[in-house]
Parts: sequence; C-alpha cells; structure tokens
Amino acid sequence: MQLSHRIRRFALALPAGLLLCPLSAAAGVLPDDRADLMYHYYDGGGVQIDGPSLLVRKKFAEKYAVSASYYVDMVSSASIDVVTTASPYSEERTQYGVGFEYLRDKVTYAVSFSNSSESDYDANTANFSISQDMFGDLTTISLSFSRGWDDVSRRGDTAFAEQVDRRIYGVDISQIVSRKLIVGMSFETIAEEGFLNNPYRQVRYRDLDAPLGYSYESELYPRTRTGNALAVRGRYYLPWRAALQADYRWYNDTWDIGSSTFELGYTHPLGLHWTFDAHYRYYQQDQADFYADLFPRQDFQNFLARDKELASMESQTLGFGVSYEFKAPRLEFLDKATLNLKFDLIRFDYHNFRDLRPTGYPIGAEPLYSFDADVIRLFFSGWF
Amino acid sequence: MSTLRLMLLALVLLGSSGCARVEPWVKPYEREYLADPIMAWDRDPVASSYMQHVYESREGARGGAGAAGGGCGCN
Repeated sequence: MQLSHRIRRFALALPAGLLLCPLSAAAGVLPDDRADLMYHYYDGGGVQIDGPSLLVRKKFAEKYAVSASYYVDMVSSASIDVVTTASPYSEERTQYGVGFEYLRDKVTYAVSFSNSSESDYDANTANFSISQDMFGDLTTISLSFSRGWDDVSRRGDTAFAEQVDRRIYGVDISQIVSRKLIVGMSFETIAEEGFLNNPYRQVRYRDLDAPLGYSYESELYPRTRTGNALAVRGRYYLPWRAALQADYRWYNDTWDIGSSTFELGYTHPLGLHWTFDAHYRYYQQDQADFYADLFPRQDFQNFLARDKELASMESQTLGFGVSYEFKAPRLEFLDKATLNLKFDLIRFDYHNFRDLRPTGYPIGAEPLYSFDADVIRLFFSGWF
Repeated sequence: MSTLRLMLLALVLLGSSGCARVEPWVKPYEREYLADPIMAWDRDPVASSYMQHVYESREGARGGAGAAGGGCGCN
C-alpha cells in the first residue's frame, strides 16, 4: 500500500490504455487479432517491481471484438519513505480486464471493466466510449466516460475501511492534415472523491523536544480532487521511411498542481524485419498547495502532505526500443510475430523533498532527493 | 460544468456529421504513408500503457494520454 496511493492509478491506466486505446485506435476499423505477452521490470529509488502482462484481442464478423488482459506487479520496496518512516515490504498486485467493442458503420462503441486487487487496496473501473470517423475519414472523434470505485484498507487495522469514487470524462480528436501528417488532441477531466491519501504515509514537523529535532504525524489530504489534462500531439512521415512525433500535455488540478510534459520520439525501420525507436520526455510540476517537506509545528494546517509525488519536481526520460518482425516457424497460426525490447532511463529530481538519510545537516537543509530508475519491457506480439 | 459543455459540443459534432459533406483533401488512395505501421500513434499498447502507469505512479499529473484515435481511413 505504500505505493498503492499511486499504483491504484494503474487501475485507471490499464483499462484506458490496454483496452480502450487499442479498441478505439481506429474508429471504422476494428483492431487486428493480436496477443501480447510482456515481462516488465522497474528498478529505482529502492523499489523493484516486475511481473508479466498479457493482452489478447479477437474480432468476429468484422463487427465485434473482445479483449482480455491480465497483469501482475510484484513489488519489493525499500523506498526513501519506507526507509525513513517504516519498514521494507513486499507485496503483489493483480489486475484483470475485459473489453467488448461493436462497430456499426463508422461508429465504434466500446465498454470495458477491470479489477485491481492487492492486500489493502481493491479498485474497480468501468469504461464506455464511442468513436466516429467523419469528414471523409479525415477526422476521428472519441468520447469516453469511466467510473471507478475503490476500497481502501490498512494492514493491522481491521476497523479502517475507506472508499474512493472516481469519474473520468474524455474527448479525443484525431485529424489527418496531409498525406504525411496526423495530429491529435485530448482533453480529460478526472474527478475523485473519498480517501485520497496514503494511510501509511506521514509528514514531518519541527519538534524541539524530539531527539532528531522533528517528529512525524499522519498525512491528511482533502477528500476531493478534480484535475484537467489537455494534450496535443503530431506525427509526421519523414522524407525517408521514418516517423517523428511530438507531444505536449498541460495539467492542472484543484490541489494547485500544475504541470507540463513534452515528448519527442523517432521511429526508424531498417530492412524488412527491424524497427528502432528513440524518445526523450521532459516533465515538470509545481507542488500541491498543502505540501511541505517540513511543517513548522504539529497540526500546522488543515491538510498536510509530504508525498514526494506532490512536491515540486521534474523528470527526464531517455528511451530506446528495438523490434524484430518474423514469421514464427512453429506457430503457423500466426500471420506474423514481433519480439521487442524497450529500455528507459528516468531521472527524477525533487526541488523541495529532502533526503533525511544523511546526518549532520541542519533541520530543513538536508540535501534534496533525486534518483534514477531503469525500466525494461520485453515482449512478444503475435498477429493471428 | 465546462467539461459537460465540451462533451455536449462533441456530441453535437458527432450527431451532425451525417449532415456534413466535406470533400476529403487527402483521398483514400493518398494515404499510403499514413497507413504505414510506423505512423501508428501507439504500435504496442501493452508497452505504452505500462509506461503510462510508471509515470502516473510517480508524478502528480495524470490523464491526457487520449484514446489516440486512428483516423487514417486506411481500410
């Protein structure tokens, strides 16, 4: 659960990403029959997470498509939060998802459901979307609505039982501009209500009576949060056979977190079998208005947070990928298959979250925290 | 409220599209570049969803990844 406060967002990301993106990827055309089996690995900031992920999609009569996904996170955490205020732990999170899609003329209707469960957090998400091609198939508009309901518990405290209610409204437009350029725009509003903080995480405050000069108390977040994200993107076919993509996202919410994300990607095929990808991503955010690394005293204000994800911070990602396409000799039912490896190096720098592990520094002047993370995705894709 | 208005506007656009008669300036037979798999917004949804999760777990912002939308009209 130390991570769950964030991990539960996967309950949003997976149904929307794994199920809905492919389902609505091209209104008027159902996605190809395809199966993906992936091993994922994350190592950064004292946290290791790995596990398998599976997605299978199949269409029928060119009008209906079904999909199913399965995902596991095996977490081993000795993060800075855990090291400074708790004990290292291990846990497992499992997620299932199913989706159904119906194509009628140029309109695609899609529904999906997913469940994510771990020892102290259970998340459910249902989603409906409708997409339509229009204006000579140059434009695709998609509308989506998701509803999530989560149950939050706390290990060692059977009396603790909280809920989170979540609604997500989305509009997405994709537009062909020329023979070589396609652009897109997405707008999403995410409204959450309920227990939004982590029941284990703590904030620190000055306490001259404490041996360290500071003490800890529980975090306390507002029970509502509404965020808006607006993203624009463009993908261009270069004069040689390669593609260039640029993305920008603006985000703002009622906790006063504002952020900008910029990403640039390049795809270059080589011969008939190989495809190479490279991308760079920059992310920057301002802190939540109730965040502080060190509060002046206990119960200093109504809402208290020392979650580093709510601090002022930035991250940079440099990623590479290679894909090899082949005809699997012993799997003749597959039209084609690819073997893929992607590696990303992410650097996180916090502007007002301090590392309390080094000693000998004045209180509130400890070094700022930063860490690097390695992310590996190794996966097999088969089209049948 | 503004979100609801935006959704309503999009719905009106969806509904009125049947009445609109727009001549496509990129003809279906001119979309060979857009139909190339390297032009897909999201070639590998399993892998990209995972990265979306990595970021949303460690950053304050979320959303905006979009349903991607195809619109290449390649069929």
